[in-house]
Amino acid sequence: MIELLWSIFDIMLVLLLLALAWTTCSTQDVKRAVTLFIAMGLLLAIVWARLKAPDLALAEAVIGAGISGALLLSAIKDYPVTPMVSHRSRLIEGIINSLTLALTILMSWAVWHGLNMSDGIRLSEQVFSQLPVSGVSNPVTAVLLNYRAYDTLLELAVVLTAVLTVLTLNEKRSDYQGSTSPLLQGMTRWLVPLLVVTSGYLLWVGAHAPGGAFQAGAMLAAAMILLQLAYPSRRAEFNNYLLKILLVIGIFTFVLVGLWMMSRNDDFLAFTPAWAGTLILIIETAATISIASALTLAYLGGRPGGWEGRGSEGKAREDTHRTSRSITENGGAG
Amino acid sequence: MISEQLLYSLAGIGLFGIGLRATLLHHMLLPRLLALNVCGAGVFLIFIAIAYGGIDVMADPVPHALVLTGIVVAVSATAMALALGRRLETLNDE
Repeated sequence: MIELLWSIFDIMLVLLLLALAWTTCSTQDVKRAVTLFIAMGLLLAIVWARLKAPDLALAEAVIGAGISGALLLSAIKDYPVTPMVSHRSRLIEGIINSLTLALTILMSWAVWHGLNMSDGIRLSEQVFSQLPVSGVSNPVTAVLLNYRAYDTLLELAVVLTAVLTVLTLNEKRSDYQGSTSPLLQGMTRWLVPLLVVTSGYLLWVGAHAPGGAFQAGAMLAAAMILLQLAYPSRRAEFNNYLLKILLVIGIFTFVLVGLWMMSRNDDFLAFTPAWAGTLILIIETAATISIASALTLAYLGGRPGGWEGRGSEGKAREDTHRTSRSITENGGAG
Repeated sequence: MISEQLLYSLAGIGLFGIGLRATLLHHMLLPRLLALNVCGAGVFLIFIAIAYGGIDVMADPVPHALVLTGIVVAVSATAMALALGRRLETLNDE
């Protein structure tokens, strides 16, 4: 009986997901497409929870639905409001449809074949057998920051590169009208401290339960974005120098720890088991800060005012703006 | 267990197909990006479906870590693509 209920739940979830994906991709209205995409992200978070991936469920809810959603929604007005009708000819459309269908069938066959093959060496067994010496007890954090720390270091580099590109290309969006409604501001005053505390909790708990640097960083970025929305008059005031440091502190700490461990254990990022837990927490804290500032800047869509300035020239330029007042320092709660 | 793995993998393949088709069909940047993200979500779903091991078994954490990385990289890539698109728009306006 229970199993039947599970099956019904699974089938409903999958059908809803496919329906949302289809309408996201085929609706004529860009705004509606973005909204549906956010809904799909939330549904995906439920799917991850169902498939026993709570770390992913957290990440998807914050990043996939939250941050992506904010990013895409604010990007809508950059584009002329034209209906998204496809202008491909019938022939091209037919070719695309049949090729996609063929690929889908081929992939289904491959997955079917793969699932029915006998098990080879399972990576998960190795993960669990080494877990006691990894310094953390959450296997996903162990994979991310111990076994495959290289991946995570390079991922931080990818995030930094993407943000540097964003900063190089554009000034921050200036046409944005934040809302100053007392309702939003009142809610923000309650929510932002909560988000900051939750972020700290996720960072700390990542060692032994679902959570970690990415979820915590994204949560912090969400708090920053909320502040930007509720207090538009303050949003221009960034301490750029501090922000630049925060942006790279994750990679810097990561590489520093890696080199230090290399001097002791002859291998880059080969942690000494006794210190692994502490080192992972240090790296994760720095990474959280970097990810939060990177995602906030990505949402702003470009350089905040006075970004290029550095040293005396930058100081002078900053002074011609208003007194620089950093949201990061004040928390903006006012 | 294998039936859930299969169901969710097929759903992942479905998402991938829907996303790929729309990516190729659309002309505008934003709908294309959305479609590409749907496509990526499909790939993530296939990974996680295969990692699933049953209701009372710990799932394989390695694909979970890979997909977590993937989600963060996907949002960075989306932000970058949006910035490139915005730059193009301003260049076209001038």
